[in-house]
Amino acid sequence: MDLAGLSVGWYLALSVALFAIGGVGLLVRRNPLVMFMCVELMLNAVNVAFVALGAGLNDVGGQVAVFFVLVVAATEVVIGLALVVAINRRRAGATADDVTLLKG
Amino acid sequence: MSEAVFVVAAVIILAGAVGVVASRNPVHAALFLVQTLVGVAVLFVLNDAHFLAAVQVVVYAGAIVILFLFVIMLLGVDKAEELRVEPIFGQRPLAVVVGAALAAALATVVVAGADVLTGLRRAGGDRALDGEATDIERMGRVLFGEFALAVEITAALLTVAVVGAVILTRRSPRPEATEAPVSGDA
Repeated sequence: MDLAGLSVGWYLALSVALFAIGGVGLLVRRNPLVMFMCVELMLNAVNVAFVALGAGLNDVGGQVAVFFVLVVAATEVVIGLALVVAINRRRAGATADDVTLLKG
Repeated sequence: MSEAVFVVAAVIILAGAVGVVASRNPVHAALFLVQTLVGVAVLFVLNDAHFLAAVQVVVYAGAIVILFLFVIMLLGVDKAEELRVEPIFGQRPLAVVVGAALAAALATVVVAGADVLTGLRRAGGDRALDGEATDIERMGRVLFGEFALAVEITAALLTVAVVGAVILTRRSPRPEATEAPVSGDA
């Protein structure tokens, strides 16, 4: 590793902290848009871990994994925001609690 | 030098993440998200993943956050959410406890696996990071060689997402349009 004195462990610690903050946000917030942002935080935590481990193992596979995570995150946001728009059209100001109304 | 960059970027990232979770206004949350994403891009540069850093800024901070802001403005939900009301009793403390437990579990895994993660297994060939090629060249070779099928599936996934988004947000056709054929008296 050419990161002088900076081990992969620090990146993983940051990744763990970011993932946990995102998870708490996902559980605490009720605005579906902010919940999606918290999911993005968690995905970014995983990306940090991927790139750091890839650098530590001298393997470009970590960067390739991040590439795929980016694509899946983009599709997730597109579908998720479309769902939010569709739900809000039927019921303005809907929070995550109101999604139980989708039950048949 | 790299330690200083890492510490500054980590502080920026974590401050942004806390801002996303704690800000009452969704627009502020989106802007804090930009802060976190740019910090992650700095870490990518620190790890010599320059292409990913550029993609991170362009796709995440550029496209995805703008999409968020677009939907926030479209729905008009940019008013502050009341964070003090607790619709489900005990949800907040429970969420914090679950988050702390998650962090503790992940930290345990990281500490316990520290010996495995020291770079003992080093990749070679196209995948090695210490060769002559730039990071974009290496990624291209691996993506379109080893992972060519996955790239094709990704293309299908993107197409499905676009079609799904159009179908989900499409308004149903007007009732009079469907009634038109019924009026024929032949």
